[in-house]
Amino acid sequence: MCLGIPGRIIEMADDAGLPVGTVDFGGVRREVCLSYVADEVGVGDYVVVHVGFAISKVDEEEAKRTFEVLREMSQLDELEWMADLADAAEGVSP
Amino acid sequence: MSATSTLRSSALQGVACPTPVVDHAKVLLGHGSGGKLSAQLLRDRFLPRFGNRYLEALGDGARVPVEGTEIVVSTDTFVVSPLEFPGGNIGHLAVHGTVNDLAMMGAVPRYLSAGFVLEEGLDMAVLDRVLDAMAETAAACGVEIVTGDTKVVDRGKADGLYVNTTGVGFLSEAFRPSPDLARPGDSILVSGPLGRHGMAIMAVREGLSFDADIESDTASLSPLVTSLRESVGEGVRCLRDATRGGLASALNEIASASGVGVELAGSVPVPPPVEAACEMLGLDPLYVANEGVMVAFVAPEAEARALAAMRAHPVGEHATKVGRVVPEHPGMVVLRTALGGTRVVDMLPGDQLPRIC
Amino acid sequence: MKYLSEYRDPDMARALVDRIRRSATRRWTLMEVCGGQTHTIVKQGIHEVLGEAVEMIHGPGCPVCVTPLEQIDRALHLAARPDVIFTSFGDMLRVPGSECDLLAIKARGGNVRVVYSPLDAVEIARKNPDKEVVFFAVGFETTAPANAMAVWRARELGVENFSVLVSHVTVPPAMVAILEDPENRVQGFLAAGHVCTIMGWEEYEPLAERYRVPIVVTGFEPLDILEGIWMAIRQLEDGRHEVENQYVRSVRREGNRSAQKLVTTVFELVDRGWRGIGTIPGSGLGLRSEFAPYDAERKFGLEGIRAEESRDCHAGEVLKGQLKPYECPAFGGLCTPERPLGAPMVSSEGACAAYYNFGRMKAGTVTAS
Repeated sequence: MCLGIPGRIIEMADDAGLPVGTVDFGGVRREVCLSYVADEVGVGDYVVVHVGFAISKVDEEEAKRTFEVLREMSQLDELEWMADLADAAEGVSP
Repeated sequence: MSATSTLRSSALQGVACPTPVVDHAKVLLGHGSGGKLSAQLLRDRFLPRFGNRYLEALGDGARVPVEGTEIVVSTDTFVVSPLEFPGGNIGHLAVHGTVNDLAMMGAVPRYLSAGFVLEEGLDMAVLDRVLDAMAETAAACGVEIVTGDTKVVDRGKADGLYVNTTGVGFLSEAFRPSPDLARPGDSILVSGPLGRHGMAIMAVREGLSFDADIESDTASLSPLVTSLRESVGEGVRCLRDATRGGLASALNEIASASGVGVELAGSVPVPPPVEAACEMLGLDPLYVANEGVMVAFVAPEAEARALAAMRAHPVGEHATKVGRVVPEHPGMVVLRTALGGTRVVDMLPGDQLPRIC
Repeated sequence: MKYLSEYRDPDMARALVDRIRRSATRRWTLMEVCGGQTHTIVKQGIHEVLGEAVEMIHGPGCPVCVTPLEQIDRALHLAARPDVIFTSFGDMLRVPGSECDLLAIKARGGNVRVVYSPLDAVEIARKNPDKEVVFFAVGFETTAPANAMAVWRARELGVENFSVLVSHVTVPPAMVAILEDPENRVQGFLAAGHVCTIMGWEEYEPLAERYRVPIVVTGFEPLDILEGIWMAIRQLEDGRHEVENQYVRSVRREGNRSAQKLVTTVFELVDRGWRGIGTIPGSGLGLRSEFAPYDAERKFGLEGIRAEESRDCHAGEVLKGQLKPYECPAFGGLCTPERPLGAPMVSSEGACAAYYNFGRMKAGTVTAS
């Protein structure tokens, strides 16, 4: 379940008491109900949207931090692999 | 299906299906989606009654002998709703669609007929726009609409307007692409980015509407085919326009007809707004309809020439290789994922449905 | 697309796969709960490349798959009524009921419409005052706030020709049912990232503790899934059993409080049947009595509609991870995507449909039908 994708709020409005906004998903725009994130978002923020409702604000700091950790991990692997290769070339078992 | 259902038939009065789902006592929308149900309808109901070797080849058009030469005849019926959508209207589709079917058989399109079913109450202004589109498009494609028919039906039928176009095209010597000619080693090319038409329509459908920079890609593929004929000739094995059912269906049909396997590389070209719209609705661009994109199976040594031939035209400027033909898993289309895994890209039973899962 | 595409980086994915393979000292068995996660795993071939390190069992995280047969039959009954416009998410249209599916009802003249958001259904009710509009409110906790808002909004705007047919289920009771089963083989879970976006992960802490299983709240993109698997494996290798959060960009421990609040205002916990599994007490949501006018079951008197599951369908065992789809006697024969017996074959990320394609390819001998 739970097809939810991130998009950027480009406009916010009120539809007869319901907080709504226009969210841009990489070039596609749709009206989204912002009731569940109303207190924490503004134009320019990213939200995760499921069936036309924003269910969370994307924590961009956390996202960046953990992505960097992931990226470092993949690069470390490359270094380890190269070290293994170098060892093998010298006849040292990894 | 359950024979032990305790469902009270009175609760479903008038709706209880007398036969199990498998036998389809009624025509379903899925029968028109270009997927497995469509194939089944054709195989089980049409072919046994109309069967002849021209029809059985199941090409985009039929190649028939005429006085010592061969021509191609093709027909297509257009029932799109809404009639007008970003990038065009049903008129553009009606001309391009049949022109492209003829071109996929290697023919130069020459003449079209146009049959209309109009709904009582249709705005004349809408009809005018459709007819203008057809006239303009036919002229641009170098075809003439030489005969036609018009019927009007009661309000509530025909979704405004249905149109059928039937076309005739002439074949050159020795250029006979056909869905059963693909061979292991062949390169698989697409002429442009995928999913524009289907998503342009989705964007304006009630209940799913969204705002997007997506326009239908409706276009004639005939100039690309002419260039392919001139620079590659016999090296072109199969051509298919990736209409309903998308690229996935076109590939499955050719894999099946030729008895070969298809292997797709990790990614196929999809414009960013199409990708975004597909993500939002949970749709796979491989199955979304196109109206101006074709897939070409060519001999491997002709790959570079074929790409150059297509890229020389605006409609083909983003032509690219997407895969190759393999001897393994005949009839199946497989995609190698970026991780090195494999995913079978099967025909869908019916239309692709937006999902929440 | 930002915050989406970067989590599909193939080089990083391959590095993560490698890391997982190297850190497992034995084969571990994990379950991803959510259908969306299954979709990514099967689509990317993740279960294939993890090989000997991890066995992924696909959990019952597909609300389409677990909607009880009789709820489908009730939906079919409503959709067939001439005075009803039946609205639904797309996934539900091909789910087989006792005798047909919503698409077949549509073919017979039923007014069945796909919507993207439950609020679209309320709008359809406003625009069609002479019809009754029913919305098929299915889903896990992720979708409950949206469905709750539709009911709330209808009441606020005085839209009386709108009602919902509810078939909501909640995740923790399902995980307990799986863990309590004596034949359970699951050693760790990838919890559903969007369910937890709403609910947080507090309610999983007692589960991790009581059953001594690692639970990692995980997202949906390839890097999310792989990172979640890696975190779970690391816990298993270390002998830990905690709740961890991989999907930090969207999930907080307390979840979304305002969403939870409206859900408990509109819905209450009820016993719910899960197709193929049976009734799991307190595993569902039903409308509170003050919202009875919006409850399609009460409005249209549907309680009498009951149904029995097909005995040929083993969806329950598949959903619990006890039977692999290709071990089911009906698989590929009586039951295929064109003629599905149960929902895991209908939904494209139902375990059976996923294996139908993959398995046929593996077998190598079967040609496309």
